[in-house]
Amino acid sequence: MATTYRFIGKSTPRKDALEIVTGRAEFIDDVKRPGMLYGKVLRSPYPHANIVDIDTTNAEALPGVKAVLTYENVPAWKGGLPRHVRVLDRKVRFVGDAVALVAAETEERADEALGLIKVEYEKLSAVYDVEQAMEPDAPQLYEEFPGNLIPLDVKVFGPKSLSGVHLGDVEKGFAEADYIGEGTYGYENLANPLPLEPPGVIAEWEGPGKLTVWSATQSASWHRFIMLSKMGFPDIRAISTHCGGSFGSKNYSAQPLFYAAALAKATGKAVKVMYTKEEHFGAFAWRLGSRFRGKVGIKKDGTVTAVSGEWFVDTGAFSDMAQAQIAVGCGEAQLMLRCPNWDLKTKLVCTNHNAAGVVRGFGGQELESAFHPVISIALEQAGLDPVEFFKKNYVKPGDGYYWREGNWWVSRGRDYSKAMMAGAKAFHWKEKWKGWLKPSAVKGPKRIGVGVGVHGNADVGEDETEAYVRLNPDATAAVHVLVSESGMGQRSSLCKMVAEVLQLPLERVAMTPPDSLINPFDFGLVGSRGTYAVGSAVIAAAEDATRKLFDLAAPMLDASPEELETRDGKVFVKARPETGIPWNRITGIMRTCTGFGRFEPDYSVPNFLVLFVEVEVDTETGQVVLLNVVAATDVGQIIDPLSLEGQIYGSLGAAGTDTALFEECIMDRKHGHMLNINMIDYKWRTFSELPHFHNVIFETPLPTHRYKAIGVGEIATSPGPSAVLMAASNAVGERLCEYPLTPEKILRALGKLKGSKTK
Amino acid sequence: MNKKKEKEREKICLTVNGESHELEVGTHAYQVAPWQTLAQTLRETLGLTGTKAGCDHGACGSCTILMDGKAILSCMTLTVECDGKSITTIEGLGQPQAGNLDPLQQAFINNTAFQCGFCTPGMIMASRALLDEKPSPDESEVKEALSGHFCRCISHYHVVRAVLEAAKKGS
Repeated sequence: MATTYRFIGKSTPRKDALEIVTGRAEFIDDVKRPGMLYGKVLRSPYPHANIVDIDTTNAEALPGVKAVLTYENVPAWKGGLPRHVRVLDRKVRFVGDAVALVAAETEERADEALGLIKVEYEKLSAVYDVEQAMEPDAPQLYEEFPGNLIPLDVKVFGPKSLSGVHLGDVEKGFAEADYIGEGTYGYENLANPLPLEPPGVIAEWEGPGKLTVWSATQSASWHRFIMLSKMGFPDIRAISTHCGGSFGSKNYSAQPLFYAAALAKATGKAVKVMYTKEEHFGAFAWRLGSRFRGKVGIKKDGTVTAVSGEWFVDTGAFSDMAQAQIAVGCGEAQLMLRCPNWDLKTKLVCTNHNAAGVVRGFGGQELESAFHPVISIALEQAGLDPVEFFKKNYVKPGDGYYWREGNWWVSRGRDYSKAMMAGAKAFHWKEKWKGWLKPSAVKGPKRIGVGVGVHGNADVGEDETEAYVRLNPDATAAVHVLVSESGMGQRSSLCKMVAEVLQLPLERVAMTPPDSLINPFDFGLVGSRGTYAVGSAVIAAAEDATRKLFDLAAPMLDASPEELETRDGKVFVKARPETGIPWNRITGIMRTCTGFGRFEPDYSVPNFLVLFVEVEVDTETGQVVLLNVVAATDVGQIIDPLSLEGQIYGSLGAAGTDTALFEECIMDRKHGHMLNINMIDYKWRTFSELPHFHNVIFETPLPTHRYKAIGVGEIATSPGPSAVLMAASNAVGERLCEYPLTPEKILRALGKLKGSKTK
Repeated sequence: MNKKKEKEREKICLTVNGESHELEVGTHAYQVAPWQTLAQTLRETLGLTGTKAGCDHGACGSCTILMDGKAILSCMTLTVECDGKSITTIEGLGQPQAGNLDPLQQAFINNTAFQCGFCTPGMIMASRALLDEKPSPDESEVKEALSGHFCRCISHYHVVRAVLEAAKKGS
């Protein structure tokens, strides 16, 4: 069982709780800079067009307007991967693509100026489907990417970066299979992670090569270290406010930052660019489109013998991070399925809708949600219980896998069977599972069905973090680490780890603001890495600081440093508890003890989460209602119970489980417009529709750091979509494979609506 | 006479968190424009940024404040229509400087009834209106009262617990 700690694992108020409940927490739109201007973006009404002429004279003449920028006079910065996305281009590639920028004294004036810009477009035909975009006569988005294929070989994680999975001999594997599931399925709802707070950035140049950026970010360092190379290497100081939700999407805001920085450069003033909700929907980050065509072979006992297929990834108008998502997705597929023979190829394709961004699930959710229906077909043929199948096939300690950078890793993690079976028990899986395409219960026109999904990643130990911990004479400690708060409670949890090492009351441990000028490097809160990767760095820094304090204290206590311990701001000889001397007597009032900690990547400890879902399908109306959810995981050691619970409940939102039920952007494929990009027409779950949700959380110590913990936050959204498909299919007795399961699709599958059945 | 009346109409009076504010109506930067929403006036003119604008079209609940005790959406309310009204925002609940929080604020802290916290001020204000009208709501009444509030992090389960805890303590 887990060790009992003073702070770790206990429910403690979030350190920013008071600010949040009193409205004092500062978010990006609450920040104003002296003389600040407001930036607005003129957006394209066409999905694909050349700008033939653009006249900004009237806009420039409007009082209060300080700058108008077009493709002719913006800085030559470039985003995208590889670098191909200009700040503004002569060509627009989706409805909502940026055409011109305005900075003015007020938002209203900037809006007014947008209406005075005259643009003449040459309309081009557009393509919205990932496979149609690859056809020979398809409209071409970029001259440099023939066939609309974006290069995969960009070495995003180094020379061996994964862009597929190739292992063993698939021909031999399929020959050994008793059953083969095969098909083409998509997970391409154009779903939006949709944090409540729209993205926003304030940019201010302190000198020609010196830029300060305020924004709401999930990963405070990204506006510095990722944007540097895109912007010609200015010295960027990145400051994060509280972030009103991100779910990956606000790790950074490349386009808003380009716009704000370009306008700030043109005007010599601070410029704020805050997206409206419509821009947030239509011109920020949506989830990658994913289509899988392939097959999986299994034996009668559920052993997986081979996986082969093609994964088509639709990035929309451009790619900034998709190759990284493909790499991680390919890694995560191997964690879900232990299989000796793989031939998984990928294609990254651009189309004429809004560009995809980083979204919780980062490639893995996208691949698995499209791949799962294929697995289900094989399991259906074999008559195998999916829980038994996943238990058998989820990566076990000693199993190997290629991770994102292309190296072969062997799992030092856990056999998660215990958590999976405990979850199944809590859900009453055995009682409810009646076999494939069989309802658990029928109540008149309503039918109940159950489904299950699993997910895990090995990114909990990804990338680097550096941290300082400074002990002050007054028995307080400051944690210097570049971590912002976007909802995980990670700033608080890291303080708990430091407080535990120092045995100092939690209120005496504070963290520096998320500002790249005053903190060393941290990669950010992605891949559930906060607990293990960032945690390891702050723990090491706290231990280092303590060692320095003990070196000073040892002669005063007539003991060696190893014999000392600290508690509540005093240092003791362990064997002599009466010996305590306060920190300020050891250091004097003019000395601090600062320790340094650094974490190096480790991809050998995969995490895990299984989600059981029970749905009710009304066969008369076609409505699917999520009744029950049980999530089960093993986190090694809980750091903060309520924050962890919150992360797991989060599986419903953020383009997660509900992408199987009702979340989608609907596009008018004739004109390329999104028809429901507002919060009334884009459906989201309300309080009245909450399912019963139960968490089963184990704490089996894991080989990570001093507190044996790993994070699971990111993966909570990933198993849900395919689990819901499975549950609804079982409820109605028909194989349903198309996200989301709108009433129309259900009724069509039941033959109650004219038109073809669901794929 | 008419001219005088018109001149009088150029000012509106709002009581916000117990403080009286006289605001001039007009289109200059220092005035309240006829099209300005109450959310904008609170945030931009009065600097009360605790009220949030999530969607700015009345669909997410994050701009909820109390007007004469009722929960309303401040992004869907024009300031010029609020003459003589009494408004409470999140900044007007409890007295944090004196260490006194509204029981709802305390319950939200106790239950970590937030993740990113952007929806929290709106949720707390709507819950305040609910408890003022119905001090002991049941779970379904809490959910109904908050059904117009969007939270993408899914803090809902903790929020329901917090509101019920505050109600229990208050009754």
